[in-house]
Amino acid sequence: MIRGLPVLAMALLAGCGSEVTSRFATPVEITGDGIAAPLLGLQGDPERGKAVFAEREQGHCVLCHAVEGLDAEFQGNVGPALTGVGARLSDGQIRLRIADAQSLWPDTLMPSYYRAGGLNQVAPAYAGEPALTAQQIEDLVAYLGQLDGERT
Amino acid sequence: MKAGLALLSALCLTACGDVVADTKSPPAQPQPLQSGYKFLQPQTQALQDDDFANPGFLWIDRGEALFSTAAASGEACSDCHNDASLSLAGAAAHYPQIDAESGDLINLEGRINLCRTRHQDEAPLEYESDELLSLTAYVAYLSRGTPISVDIEGAAAVWFARGRDYFETRRGQFNLSCTQCHDDNWGKKLRGDTISQGHGTGFPAYRLEWQSLGSLHRRLRDCDSGVRVEPRPYGSDDYLAVELYLAKRAEGLKLETPGVRR
Ligand code: HEC
Ligand code: HEC
Ligand code: HEC
Repeated sequence: MIRGLPVLAMALLAGCGSEVTSRFATPVEITGDGIAAPLLGLQGDPERGKAVFAEREQGHCVLCHAVEGLDAEFQGNVGPALTGVGARLSDGQIRLRIADAQSLWPDTLMPSYYRAGGLNQVAPAYAGEPALTAQQIEDLVAYLGQLDGERT
Repeated sequence: MKAGLALLSALCLTACGDVVADTKSPPAQPQPLQSGYKFLQPQTQALQDDDFANPGFLWIDRGEALFSTAAASGEACSDCHNDASLSLAGAAAHYPQIDAESGDLINLEGRINLCRTRHQDEAPLEYESDELLSLTAYVAYLSRGTPISVDIEGAAAVWFARGRDYFETRRGQFNLSCTQCHDDNWGKKLRGDTISQGHGTGFPAYRLEWQSLGSLHRRLRDCDSGVRVEPRPYGSDDYLAVELYLAKRAEGLKLETPGVRR
């Protein structure tokens, strides 16, 4: 990934008058390429996060990402493997990548899971709501953050 | 990974500029151009290849029977369409197209319904009804192996542009466009599926997930729902336009109805 560009993206967005933060379901403060504070101050749980990651009814991240050793068949490879992601990225960086990857990489296939507005032709069942709750995202951050290449 | 500069310019466009969509030029065809068949498991391919095992033939057989059943007007499709006059061999490969009489864009389903209303004194058939699926599958099957070729000039040009726009516009809660999956990421794994180039050349197709034959519009509704888009209705102008765009983009591939898909 190209480091430094995300910050530039933010500067550009700000320069044109778009408020990055207004895209979120609740107010969020972005520092650099991360969100330092837990969403709504919630505490995440890695075991629950693992379920959010794997289950179709929840995040279903395995659609696009694989984690070595995770008990889920047919993990996708549209996104990078997240084995050991906690060793590469800080919790704050993981949080922003889940909450709004599209603000970092405008062309990405990675959905923005805490975005609630400015979207087009959304099915009524999902309109106005983020794809995941703040609690689910904190659980994911707790789960992915501890993936240091040893744990699964 | 993308080149830094390309990414940078994409950022600038998204952030500050109005990107003017290029709707005139021919679609960028994925290279090498490959049917969805290529991305299936061998056992699914085998099911499509075997005309006796391929479940799509249940509909084709029913379609063939309907084709020679007399309608309210007293005439069956086969009375007008036979080898000697108005043969339909190869016809399906040139749809959607503009109907000269109304000036509207019609797909094969629409064409069949026009013959029902104009020539047979019958009401149009419902989308996804067993009868319309059967007739469409039968008529498409008469063109199996014919290369796709559609006209996007004249009155079709605005439809083509509209289809391209739908294909390239991000939508839904996941905010994705058709092009991101089917131009940029084909060949990759989305869980148990390999993303294909998104061609409509197997439709109407039998999907194992549906346990049924279904139209191309049903497949489009599934893709839209997958990214949490409110799908367009069957036969809607948006999907007709997308169908034309897809057909132009698939030119060079052959019609393969009845396709079998996952
Ligand atoms: C439709 C595909 C898709 C889905 C679903 C998806 N991702 Fe991603 N993800 C991507 C892609 C593609 C990237 C790479 C970003 C880029 O370069 O465009 C990515 C990047 C990431 C990154 C950054 C990885 C790194 O090394 O920089 C994290 C963390 C991540 N995804 C987590 C998740 C989580 C958690 C979920 C589920 C809630 C999820 N993703 C669902 C496609 C997806
Ligand atoms: C998140 C990824 C994604 C998006 C976005 C998406 N599709 Fe698909 N599409 C798929 C997958 C996965 C399949 C099933 C496997 C295959 O055939 O590609 C599929 C199948 C198809 C097929 C059937 C191909 C065949 O040979 O059976 C067509 C046609 C298609 N898509 C068109 C579209 C169009 C048009 C759009 C936008 C309105 C769209 N798709 C959006 C992932 C996507
Ligand atoms: C009374 C005669 C008549 C009957 C009955 C009839 N058609 Fe037609 N059909 C035509 C004519 C004439 C055309 C050429 C376009 C037009 O004038 O409507 C045509 C065109 C078509 C085409 C497009 C051919 C092309 O080359 O583009 C298809 C497909 C078709 N008919 C299918 C059917 C089906 C299926 C039925 C029965 C449900 C049917 N037709 C019944 C007279 C008929």
